[in-house]
Amino acid sequence: MLCKIRSALPIIIISLFATSAYADYQFNLQTAATPIATEIYDLHNLILLVCLIIFVIVFGVMFYSLYKHRKSVGHKASQFSHNTKLEIVWTIIPFFILVGMAFPTTQTILRMKNVEGTDMSIKVTGRQWLWEYEYMDAGVKYVSNLATPRDQIDNKADKAEHYLLEVDNPMVVPTGKKVRLLLTASDVIHSWWIPAFGVKQDAIPGFINEAWFQVDKPGIYRGQCAELCGVGHGFMPIVVEAKPQEEYDAWLKEQKVKLAAEAEAATKDYSKDELIKHGEGIFNARCAACHQATGKGIPGVFPPLVEGETFANQDTVKRLTERGFIKDGKIVMGPKDKHLDIVMHGIPGTAMQALGEQMSDLDVAAVITYERNNWGNKAGDMVQPAEVAALRKSKG
Amino acid sequence: MATTTMHDAHHDAHPTGMMRWLTSTNHKDIGTLYLWFSFIMFLFAGGLAMLIRAELFQPGLQFFQPNLFNQFTTMHGLIMIFGAIMPAFVGFANWQVPLMIGAPDMAFPRLNNWSFWLLPAAAILLLSSFVVPGGAAAGGWTMYPPLFIQGGTAYDMTIFAVHLMGLSSIMGSINIITTILNMRTPGMPMMRMPIFVWTWLITAFLLISAMPVLASAVTMLLTDRHFGTYFFNAAGGGDPVMFQHIFWFFGHPEVYIMILPAFGILSSIIPTFSRKPLFGYDSMVYATAAIAVLSFSVWAHHMFTVGMPTASQLFFMYATMLIAIPTGVKVFNWTATMWRGSISFETPMLFAIAVVCLFTIGGFSGLVLAIVPVDIQLQDTYYVVAHFHYVLFSGAAMSIMAGVYYWLPKWTGHMYDETLGKWHFWLTTIAFNVTFFPMHFLGLAGMPRRIPDYALQFAEFNMLQSIGSFVLGASQLLFLYTVIKCVRGGAPAGDRPWEGADSLEWTLSSPPPYHSFETAPAFK
Amino acid sequence: MQTIEQTNTQRYYVPAPSWWPLVGSVALLLLASGFVILLQNNASGSYVMIAGALILITMLFGWFGTVIRESVGGLFNDQVDLSYRWGMGWFIFSEVMFFGALFGALFYARVITVPELGNTSLLWPDYAGTWPTAGPGVKETFAAMPAWGIPAINTLILLSSGATVTWAHWGLKNDNRTQLKIGLILTILLGAIFIALQIHEYSSATFTFQTGIYGATFYILTGFHGAHVTLGAIMLTVILGRVYAGHFTPERHFAFEAVSWYWHFVDVVWLLLFVFVYWLI
Repeated sequence: MLCKIRSALPIIIISLFATSAYADYQFNLQTAATPIATEIYDLHNLILLVCLIIFVIVFGVMFYSLYKHRKSVGHKASQFSHNTKLEIVWTIIPFFILVGMAFPTTQTILRMKNVEGTDMSIKVTGRQWLWEYEYMDAGVKYVSNLATPRDQIDNKADKAEHYLLEVDNPMVVPTGKKVRLLLTASDVIHSWWIPAFGVKQDAIPGFINEAWFQVDKPGIYRGQCAELCGVGHGFMPIVVEAKPQEEYDAWLKEQKVKLAAEAEAATKDYSKDELIKHGEGIFNARCAACHQATGKGIPGVFPPLVEGETFANQDTVKRLTERGFIKDGKIVMGPKDKHLDIVMHGIPGTAMQALGEQMSDLDVAAVITYERNNWGNKAGDMVQPAEVAALRKSKG
Repeated sequence: MATTTMHDAHHDAHPTGMMRWLTSTNHKDIGTLYLWFSFIMFLFAGGLAMLIRAELFQPGLQFFQPNLFNQFTTMHGLIMIFGAIMPAFVGFANWQVPLMIGAPDMAFPRLNNWSFWLLPAAAILLLSSFVVPGGAAAGGWTMYPPLFIQGGTAYDMTIFAVHLMGLSSIMGSINIITTILNMRTPGMPMMRMPIFVWTWLITAFLLISAMPVLASAVTMLLTDRHFGTYFFNAAGGGDPVMFQHIFWFFGHPEVYIMILPAFGILSSIIPTFSRKPLFGYDSMVYATAAIAVLSFSVWAHHMFTVGMPTASQLFFMYATMLIAIPTGVKVFNWTATMWRGSISFETPMLFAIAVVCLFTIGGFSGLVLAIVPVDIQLQDTYYVVAHFHYVLFSGAAMSIMAGVYYWLPKWTGHMYDETLGKWHFWLTTIAFNVTFFPMHFLGLAGMPRRIPDYALQFAEFNMLQSIGSFVLGASQLLFLYTVIKCVRGGAPAGDRPWEGADSLEWTLSSPPPYHSFETAPAFK
Repeated sequence: MQTIEQTNTQRYYVPAPSWWPLVGSVALLLLASGFVILLQNNASGSYVMIAGALILITMLFGWFGTVIRESVGGLFNDQVDLSYRWGMGWFIFSEVMFFGALFGALFYARVITVPELGNTSLLWPDYAGTWPTAGPGVKETFAAMPAWGIPAINTLILLSSGATVTWAHWGLKNDNRTQLKIGLILTILLGAIFIALQIHEYSSATFTFQTGIYGATFYILTGFHGAHVTLGAIMLTVILGRVYAGHFTPERHFAFEAVSWYWHFVDVVWLLLFVFVYWLI
């Protein structure tokens, strides 16, 4: 009985791949949106078919034998123990099958690795736990964060269609152009992956990796980080929006205008309430993943920002104090300059990012003000964007 | 000139009670210790898997925050590999190798005990890391920097546990190699040893070559963590990818370390229940040796997305594809062993057949992963999780189960309950496939691995897999019950409960005498 | 209690049950745990480590002492002797693999990583990527350790010590105990001088373990090598002690050979260090 199920299995699998009736069950690679992804899709089908055929033949023989050569039907055992000719044949044939597979594969690899003749370059920086995009020729730079609300993750609200696959600021590219990516990271190894493009490349701190793609059809394409990078690994998706050239140009212009406006906004002064309100949004989007919305952190892992809460790992506290990051046992309720220093420059060797590199002056100022005046913290003071800008200038 | 001599105490060496297990120099006792240790670790790591699958039952975070989830996945991997699979096979080596070659014990019986007792020490370090501030290591069993540099105390405990386990393995493999080369009964040349002994000889060679490399790698991790070194930090001229190269230079032979003894067990069981000699003994030996040699040249296929030059990708791809050939040869040989045999389907044989089929599926998914362009899509997805569970669970772990059923009668003198054994087999095999086969589809569809929460299109398969995994986990409790029941009693096994079995251990009583083959047996 | 017995030298010696393996495991667990505690800046870790070290030393004396007594007591037949030969050989092979990985790290860094960083002008615009280097982000000036000073002398020292231990071996085989003793003493002395010179060289270095990849690879390779020389010297001293106790015959002296193999291995590693760490900069 098992024999029959087992022999039928390959046929079941092939038919599953063939059908498109199972809308929610996907059995094969995603629909290709680039020429490379199409090659990969076809290559995989070829390899799979070869494997299936070999599987059916070999296990057909085996299950035939298990059925026919049973002791219980009285079959008597032969005693042959080798057949050199047969063994040579079944070593040589697989070898040639593999060589056959290697030819189209090698050609695809060479095409994948050919980064020449690209039309534009985007520097992609993986950070814990978001992506940063810098359009090298246009001077446009921004971060791309998971946009799924925390409530959906915590099962307090219904999950939307693109749950965990949506971001606030996607990468935008023009269709029909060969886009080159220069990948790096700021902290640990991440990996940038869009299945529909057939592109996956590790983002390694201190190094640049190159990848390229060319999308011909406008649309939105989604992927995820593909290298374990800490607690937020499952929560830093990638979204690429491919637009026709004119729409892309318009978008690019919009970005430049937005950046200019942000720079302008940073020269103003704000009231404490304005800063706190803005800071709350920034905190919940950027800081709560580790420090938690309550500000209490995770004992032993992420420090609390609420006055009076102790960080369980006292040895870490000691070390951080020795390195000057904590004064009188206080981080947030200590002097403003130390607090600014930590947020702007991070704490090397830990997951605390140099947020100054990722956030605008206004955002930094706001989130610090929020932390110093929330959850019962009563520092009373506030930070203006201009102070952040001045710190940036002095530290270079 | 020294004239003191020792009272030749080994005749009297049959201690009882706690002393027997703490101070043993007897390969059978030490084998039993390894097997029970590995079973306990298997159940613990399996429990972690149940927690993982509970969280993955539905999208959203229901039970565990991502930090704890990452601890579970990391520790599940570490404990299964170093605490369950490897020690189980060493347990088999201890019990079976001296018996199969007609030796009185291992070459270094005391060293043998040290190899075992290092493992509980390592387990204490590793398991207690769950309760230190920050919790257990959560950077993946592969320990990649810079992530592994960020963690707290538990990461150091993990590094030292790896050191201890490495020391255990290195000394164990010295012992096994020396035993096999030096202690075979006269009249047993190398090319007439049981295949299980060959697979362990070759495995021991892989162990002794690879474990020191792992030791180097984790030592450099330690110095980067605490002593300010820049081995894996670009600012100082170091490279996180260098860790990956060194790690996988160990890591790839490691996976063969975990499967070659399984092949040896299959090569013992299949001829027995086919009542026919193993087909192509010589080529089975050469194929195993070829796999071992080739295993040193393929490591970077775990790293196809790090950005290595085209020539490297091509080389590692070709080498990896090549390794499919000797592996395929073994599958053909097992099939040819069954062909025109007189086959019966006791539990060991059921497991062996399932292993050959399911391991081959794992082998094919490995071949798919070897193809670089396809690997770009599948690296770090559930396709990889499917692949390695097919080769490690339905390959290695189920071979261990097969071997336990096969040799329990010899070890205990009792037959196990055949009905329970068959129940265990069917539940395990079906539940295993329900759990892990859909993971191929999830990987193809784009679900990354090592994530506690996932997009909605992956929900149906995840739910199915979780249900399968709960059945799979519960079935192993049946295995525990069956083993304990057999240890405590059962129909008398006799010397040779399996009529087709023919290696030296079946010439001894069941259980064998505490000290066996004190005089070398005749072997023609 | 102990009786002189005719031991059956046909039978392979299987030792009686022993506490030493368990003791050794406890010792290593304490050493490891103590180190973990110490790494968390908790000074009590050092007490745990000291306890572990003491227990380990007890275990080594106890276990090796037992083996020596068994050996001198005639319990080891030729087959056991062969087991020890295989065992020592494979142990040294495992050490070769350990150092191999460290050398591998050095080669990878020099041939692949550093040139690649030198070519990554987008991130490291002013970095040339030549060896020796502390890396593009570590602003330390230093000078690589020159080969033709102390390192060259140390090469001569170790090579000579290889000769003296071989000379000692010939003395042992020819039953010339005086030659054996002098050869061993000279070997140990040369080893000690090597260590002393290495320590002096370390103190004169213009770089530390933290001086980028150069410092890291330099000290991990030479440091582990120095530790192995120290272990080898200790083992040679134990052998010397056994020589004075009258152990070893011209026909049977495997422990001497084992330690001598180890010493030659340490010597070969040094030659590779000299060429690849000091000389070919």
